[in-house]
Amino acid sequence: MHRTKVKVVEEALDANNTIASANRADFDRAGVKVVNFMSAPGAGKTTLLERVVADLPGVRVGVLEGDVQGSMDADRLASLHVPVTQLNTDQGFGGECHLDANMVRSAIPALPLDEIDLLIVENVGNLVCPAEFRIGEDTRVMVTAVTEGEDKPLKYPLMFRACELVLINKIDLLPHLDFDLDHLLYNIDQVHPDVERIILSARTGEGIDGWREWLLRVAAREQVAA
Amino acid sequence: MHELSLSSAIVNTVVKHAADRRVAVVNLRVGRLRQVGPDTLEFYFEFVARDSVCEGARLNQEVVEARLRCNPCGLEWGIELPAFRCPTCGGSDVVVASGNEFEVDSIEIEEAECIAPR
Repeated sequence: MHRTKVKVVEEALDANNTIASANRADFDRAGVKVVNFMSAPGAGKTTLLERVVADLPGVRVGVLEGDVQGSMDADRLASLHVPVTQLNTDQGFGGECHLDANMVRSAIPALPLDEIDLLIVENVGNLVCPAEFRIGEDTRVMVTAVTEGEDKPLKYPLMFRACELVLINKIDLLPHLDFDLDHLLYNIDQVHPDVERIILSARTGEGIDGWREWLLRVAAREQVAA
Repeated sequence: MHELSLSSAIVNTVVKHAADRRVAVVNLRVGRLRQVGPDTLEFYFEFVARDSVCEGARLNQEVVEARLRCNPCGLEWGIELPAFRCPTCGGSDVVVASGNEFEVDSIEIEEAECIAPR
């Protein structure tokens, strides 16, 4: 026996990225903009969507709801009369912790792409894994809640760097917390300088207009090649 | 536990290049910015490699340091902490020169000596 070295030099995630590009091509053909919406569990993704999806003038919204199990989030959004497609990840190893391009690909036939202009993909709650896997989105948005602490950008830099917009949620709780908002903003700026940020509360509605307008601007963007 | 999916991605990449030959070593380059736990990756790799050409293969991980480059001022520097502003000009137009890799660099294959006439 002898040993042969074979040079490969290939990104291991190329396969995922190839499928993501195919997804993106399908979305582009249908004229649908796609937002990959991510956060830790309980940061308020679903509530932030409830606040805006039924109130985007001239933009028809659909939601793809990624969850390890169940359809609670999908049911909440469906009650607002927007088309919601559920994508559970619990096949195989008791639930994937993120959506990947292939899972989204498998959901495309169930999506009403002809009836929507903007698809928001609510990823599985997790600050690590979803940042690694492109799904064919136009843009990535994350939520960080003030209850999570100021240090999260430093602990999860990949996620904070992957996103074009950071929503800072639950600011109605600031009076009850030992939380330094300036310190969080400083840490975000260290990890992702000049990233767009919106400070808001899904509960009181403060700052929600900025979130709504941001989505309207995404929906109005010129299509660019993936 | 993204290491599980990442392990599958490694095995799939290797299978493509191994052409059904048994793989002894997988040489992987992992950038410091990837948030990959080496021990966890090794654990899942062994598991995912079963029943493939990678079964029993050693996963050799080379860590690639994180280096940044400032476009306006040209400074290139290494980072230990996730601070992405240029320390010289304070600018934000900074690119990752290295540290984002998650790359199968090479594989080492066990082959029987070739005795066929050339």
